[in-house]
Amino acid sequence: MEMANLSVLLVWAAATALAIAMIAFAVDLARLSGARVAERDAAREKVTVAAGGGAPEAEPAPGPAAAYGPGNGTAAGGVSRKGAGIGMALSWLAAAMLLAAIVLRGLASGRTPWANMYEFVLVGTFVAVAVFVGVCTVREARFLGAFVAGLGATFLVLAQNVFFVAATGLQPALQNYWLVIHVGVAITATGIFTVAFVSSVLQLLRDARDEGTPWLAAWRWLDQTPSPTALEALSFRLNSVGFVLWTFTLIGGAIWAEDAWGRYWGWDPKEVWSFVVWVVYAAYLHARTTRGWSGRRAAWFVVVGYACVLFNFTGVNLVINGKHSYSGLT
Amino acid sequence: MSGDQKPDVAAAEVPAGSRPHRGGYVPHGIDDEFAEASGAAEPAPDTRGAGDKDGSTPSAPRIGVVGMLRWMWRQLTSMRVALMLLMLLAVAAVPGSVLPQRGQDPAAVAEYLGDHPDLGDWLDRLGFFDVYTSVWFSAIYLLLFVSLVGCIVPRTAAHWRALRARPPQVPFRFTRFPAQASATTGLAPDDAVELVAARLRGPRYLPTFRVDRRTEAARAHRPESRTISAERGYLRETGNLVFHLALLGLLVSVALGQMLHYTGQAIVTEGRGFANAVVDYDTFTEGAWFRPSSLVPFSMTLDAFDSEFASETVAFAQARDFTAHVTVTEPDGTRHPEQIKVNHPLVTDGAKIYLQGNGFAPKITVTDSDGEVAFSQRVPFLPEDQLYTSRGVVKVPDVSRGDQIGLVGYFLPTAVVDDDGTARSTFPQPLDPLLVLEVYRGDLGLDDGVPRNVYRLDTASLTPSVDQDGARVKLLVRPGETVDLPDGLGTVTLGEDVPRYVALDLRHDPSLAYVLTFALLALGGLALSLFTPRRRVWVRAFASADGTTVVEAAGLARGDDAGLQGEVDRAMSVLPELEDDGAGPAAGSAEAEDETTKD
Ligand code: HEM
Repeated sequence: MEMANLSVLLVWAAATALAIAMIAFAVDLARLSGARVAERDAAREKVTVAAGGGAPEAEPAPGPAAAYGPGNGTAAGGVSRKGAGIGMALSWLAAAMLLAAIVLRGLASGRTPWANMYEFVLVGTFVAVAVFVGVCTVREARFLGAFVAGLGATFLVLAQNVFFVAATGLQPALQNYWLVIHVGVAITATGIFTVAFVSSVLQLLRDARDEGTPWLAAWRWLDQTPSPTALEALSFRLNSVGFVLWTFTLIGGAIWAEDAWGRYWGWDPKEVWSFVVWVVYAAYLHARTTRGWSGRRAAWFVVVGYACVLFNFTGVNLVINGKHSYSGLT
Repeated sequence: MSGDQKPDVAAAEVPAGSRPHRGGYVPHGIDDEFAEASGAAEPAPDTRGAGDKDGSTPSAPRIGVVGMLRWMWRQLTSMRVALMLLMLLAVAAVPGSVLPQRGQDPAAVAEYLGDHPDLGDWLDRLGFFDVYTSVWFSAIYLLLFVSLVGCIVPRTAAHWRALRARPPQVPFRFTRFPAQASATTGLAPDDAVELVAARLRGPRYLPTFRVDRRTEAARAHRPESRTISAERGYLRETGNLVFHLALLGLLVSVALGQMLHYTGQAIVTEGRGFANAVVDYDTFTEGAWFRPSSLVPFSMTLDAFDSEFASETVAFAQARDFTAHVTVTEPDGTRHPEQIKVNHPLVTDGAKIYLQGNGFAPKITVTDSDGEVAFSQRVPFLPEDQLYTSRGVVKVPDVSRGDQIGLVGYFLPTAVVDDDGTARSTFPQPLDPLLVLEVYRGDLGLDDGVPRNVYRLDTASLTPSVDQDGARVKLLVRPGETVDLPDGLGTVTLGEDVPRYVALDLRHDPSLAYVLTFALLALGGLALSLFTPRRRVWVRAFASADGTTVVEAAGLARGDDAGLQGEVDRAMSVLPELEDDGAGPAAGSAEAEDETTKD
C-alpha cells in the first residue's frame, strides 16, 4: 500500500517537473528568438533556400550534424541557453521519477505495470520523455522540449484525475506474457509517435511561417526550430520506428487474441482502430515518397495518424465498448 | 503514373543538370533518382516496366480499348492511387467500430434495427452492419492488392537487374556531395584503392558494400586515377518487396482460413461431456470448403471447474483465475487429463478448445399437480454481473394435466435477502446459494414449431402467479429444499450441490501457421526496408606531383542519413596516415574545372 502511494506521489512530482521544464524550454525559445530579431531576415532567407529542397545554387549541403541546430546552427551564438539546460535536467529527472513510479506500481500490484489506462499513460509518457532526452543525447533537439514536456505534463495530470485506479491484480484474460510484449510494445510505439507528432506539427508551423502565413508572423520562436526538411527527417525516423513497433503490436495482439478469445482477428473496435492507425501511418510512408504529397501533406498524415492513436486509446476504451475494454474503469 | 515518386532529399542537393530525362514507365520506388542524382555517366539501369517496352509515353496513350485498358492499369498501379486507396481503406474501416456488426454481435444489430427502423434499414441495405464483408470494403482492399501486384512485379524485375548491375561510375567532382573526405598517403594509388575497397566490402561472408574498381583516364588537370564505386543497402528494396509480397501472402492465407475453418460452441456441465461431432455442438459454423469428415472424433468430459476471485476490497469479486479440468478421450480410446484456462486453450488434434465462459447449472426438479416428475435437469444460468447474479429459465411442457409451467428467475451464488424481501448476490462463489423464481402458467408455445431461445421465456401470453396483493409470487429455494408451487401447480426442488458449467469454443483453422509466417515476414521486410541505410561511396586515388598519392572520397545517401560522414571516414581510416588535410575537397584543382566536360 505504501508503495502504491509513493508511486502516486512520484507521478505528481514528475508532472510538476515536466510543467516546469516546459516553462524553462519556452523561456529558452523566447530568449533565442529575442536575440535573433536583428538577424532574422537574413537568417530566414537562408533557411528558405535550404527548405526549398536544395535548389542547385544552395551552398554545399550542410553536414548532417548541422541539420538539427536551431535555425541551422549559428543562432545560439552568445545567447545563454540556461533555460534549455534547466529543461533538460528536469526532463531527465521526470523520466527517472516516472520510471521509479512505474516500478513501484508494478511491485505494489505484483504484476507488469501496464494493464489499465492509468498505467498505460504513465508508461507512454515515460517513453515519450525518454525518447526525447535520448534523441537530445545524439543531436540538438531541445527545441522539442517545450512541447514534449507540455504534452507529458498534461497526460500525467489527466491520468491522475481521470484514469486513476488502485493497484491490484489481473483478470484472467490478461494473465499472459503477451501482456508484457503486446502492450509494452504498443505503449512504446505510442510514446515514439508522440515525439514524432511534435516534430511534424513544428514542421507544419515552420513551413507555414516561412511561407509568410500572417497569423504566424508573431511566432518568432519558430525560427529557432530547424528547417522543415530537418523536422520532417526527424519525424520520419521516429515514425518509422513507431510504425514497425505498431506492426508488431498488431501481430502480437493477434497472436494473443488467438489464445484469449479464440480468433486472431475479429474486428473488435480496438482492432479496427489499431488497423486504422496502421493504415494511416502506411499512407504516410507512401505519401512521403509520392510526388506532390511529400513534405507538408505527408506531415498532415502524421497529425491524423496521431489523432487516431489518441482516439484508439481514449475513445475506444471509454466510449465504444468492446472485448478490449480493460481500462479498469467501470 | 510516370515518375510520381518524388525525388530524394539527398538527391535534390546534388546538381540536377545531369539528371536523365524523366518519362516513360518507371516503376516507382525504384531509387532511380538516387541513381540519377549521382550524375554518373553510366546509363541508368533500365527500370522500365513491361508495359512500356515500346517506349511510348503515358502522355500519348494509343486510342482504343487496349490503350484505355493500359491507361487504367497505369492509373491503378500508380503510387497516387495506392495512396488514395489506403486512405479510403482507413475511412471505410471506421463505421464498423461505431455500428454494431453481425459478425460480432448479431443481437446488437437486431436491437439497433428495432430502435432505428428507417435509418437501420438503409444502413443494412448498404452493408453497414457487415462492413468488413461488404462489397465496398472488399472492393477497396482488393483494388489495393491489385495495385500492389501491379506495383511489385515490375519492381521485382528492376531490383533483380539492379542487383546485377555495376554500381554507378565515379562522378567527376566530389564537391557537392553531403559527405566528403580526403587524405594523402605514401601508398601507390593501386594499393590505396585496394585497402579502401577491402574495408568497404567488409567481412567476406557478410559484405557491406558492393564494390567496383575501375581506372579512369587522365582528364583536365588530373592524371589517370584508380576509382572505387561502392554501394550498400540493396536489402532496403529487398525488404520492401518482401514486405509487400508478404502482405499478399497474408491476404491469401486469411482467405483460405475462412474457407477451411470451423468453430463450434458447447455448454458442458461438471461430470458431463461432449463428442467432437457437428450434432453435439449448440452452434456450429464452418467455411465453404469444410467437410464434416475432417472432424477428429475425440470426446471430452468436464471433471471439475475451479474459479478464484479477489476478496480484497480494491478489486472485490474480480475474477482471478478459471480452470476447467477435463479428460480427453482420443479416437483410439486413450484418455488423458488436461486443463483449459482462459488464456490457455487446449490443443487436440489440430483444434483448439477455449474456455469462453462459465456459470452455474443447478439441478432443478419440478413435480406436477399429480406428483409426477415433469422436469429434472441441470439448467445453465447465465451470469449477468461480476457477482454472478445469473438468469435462467425452466420450461416444463410435459405436465400430466392442466397448464404448462414456466419458471423464470435468478440464481444467486452467495445470497443476501434484505428486509424488504429482495435478494441479491454478494460474492461469485457458491457460499450460500439461493434460487429466486417467478412462476408462470399457460401455453409455452413449444409445440408450434417456431424455434425458441432456451434462455428466454416469452411471458406475454402466460399467466403469472400472484399473491393476495396482486404482487408476483417469488419462490426462494435453497439447495436440497423442495418448495410448493403456487396455485397447486406442484413443487420445485433445487439439487443439493450446484454443478458448474463451462462454455467451450472449439476452433480449427488450418491457415494459422501461414498467417503467422506471412505476418512475421512482413514485419521483417518492413524493418529491413525502413532501417537499412542506403549509401554510395566513391573513392578516387591518383598520384600527385610530389610523389604522394591523393585519395578523395565522397558519399551520398538516400534521404537524411546521419551516419554517412562516418561511413566515408571509416573507409578512409584504413589508409596509413601521411598527412591528413581533413574533410573537405582536397584537390582544389578539381573545383576550377568545368563541369560540362564530364559527359
Ligand atoms: C495493402 C496495401 C499496402 C500497404 C499496407 C502498404 C504498406 C507499405 C508500407 C508500410 C511501406 C513502408 C516501407 C517503406 O517505406 O519502405 C510501403 C512502402 C512502399 N509501398 Fe506500399 N503498401 C501497400 C500497397 C502498395 C501499393 C498498391 C503500392 C504501389 C502502387 C505500394 C508501393 C509502395 C512503395 C513504392 C513503397 C516504397 C516507398 C519508399 O520507397 O520508401 N504499396 N508500403
